[in-house]
Amino acid sequence: MKKIFIALLSGIIFGLGLSLSQMVNPDKVIAFLDVFGQWDPSLAFVMIGALLVSFISFRLVLKRPEPILEQSFHLSARKDIDKALLTGAAMFGIGWGISGFCPGPAIAGLGMGNIEALVMVVSIYAGFFFQRWLGKIIS
Amino acid sequence: MFINLVQVFLVENFTPYSALLGGALIGLSVTLLLLFNGRMAGISGIMKGLFNAPQDERVWRFTFLCGLIIGAIIFQQIMPDFVVPRQGYPLWLMALGGFFVGIGTRLGNGCTSGHGICGIANLSKRSIFATLTFMGFGMLTVYVIRHVL
Repeated sequence: MKKIFIALLSGIIFGLGLSLSQMVNPDKVIAFLDVFGQWDPSLAFVMIGALLVSFISFRLVLKRPEPILEQSFHLSARKDIDKALLTGAAMFGIGWGISGFCPGPAIAGLGMGNIEALVMVVSIYAGFFFQRWLGKIIS
Repeated sequence: MFINLVQVFLVENFTPYSALLGGALIGLSVTLLLLFNGRMAGISGIMKGLFNAPQDERVWRFTFLCGLIIGAIIFQQIMPDFVVPRQGYPLWLMALGGFFVGIGTRLGNGCTSGHGICGIANLSKRSIFATLTFMGFGMLTVYVIRHVL
C-alpha cells in the first residue's frame, strides 16, 4: 500500500514537472530539436535541472543496502552497447521529432484533454505490440 | 560566438527558469521512486509493464501513470494558460510518430526519462549512448521536416 502511494506521489510530481517545464508542449520540444533553425534551448534546462537533482540523489540513495519499501533495487545490469539499443534509440528519436512527444508527456497530456496525446498513447502501445510481435517472428 | 549566444537568449519564449524548476521536480520524482520503491522511473518501461508485468507489479505502474495525469490536471488548474495546445497538426503524423516511439523505446529499452535522466544519473554507458542517439536523430528529423521537405 505504501509503495502504491509513493508511485502515485512520484507520478504527480513528475506530471507537475513535465507541465511546468513545458515538455508537454510539442511546439516547444520541436523548437528545442530545431538546432538548425530558430533554436530554443529551453528544454536543455529540463535535463540540467533533473540531472542536478538525480545525479546527487542517486549517489546517496544507492549507498543504501536496499530501498525503504523493497528488498532490493531494480537496476539494469546490462552494459553492452548493441545494435538493438542504437537502432531503438534512433527510431525513438525519429518518432520524437515527428510528433514532439515522448512517452511521459503523452501520458500527462491525457490530463490536459489533449487529442494529440491520446493518439500518441494509443500508437505508442501499437508500436510496443508490433515490436514484440516482430521480435517473436525473428526469433 | 558571443553574438550567437545573445541571439539564443533573445529567442521568443525562451524559458530557462521554469524549465530548470520543472526538471528539478522530475529529478525529485525519480529520486522518490528509487529511494522508496527501488525503481527507475522510466516511463516507457512503466507503460509496457502495465500490460505484461506480473499481476502484482501492475498496480504501482497504473497508479504512477495516473499520477502523471493527475499532476498535469493539477497544473492546469493552477496555471490554465501556461501550456498552449498545438492546433491543426495532422493526427496521422502523431500516429506515425507514436508508432516509431513505441517500437524504438522497446527495442532500445528506454526513453527520455529512463535513459536520459535515470540512466545518465546512474552513469550507465548504454543510457549515455542511447540519449546521444535519440537526441541526434530527433534533431535530424526536425531538420528534414522543417528545412528540407
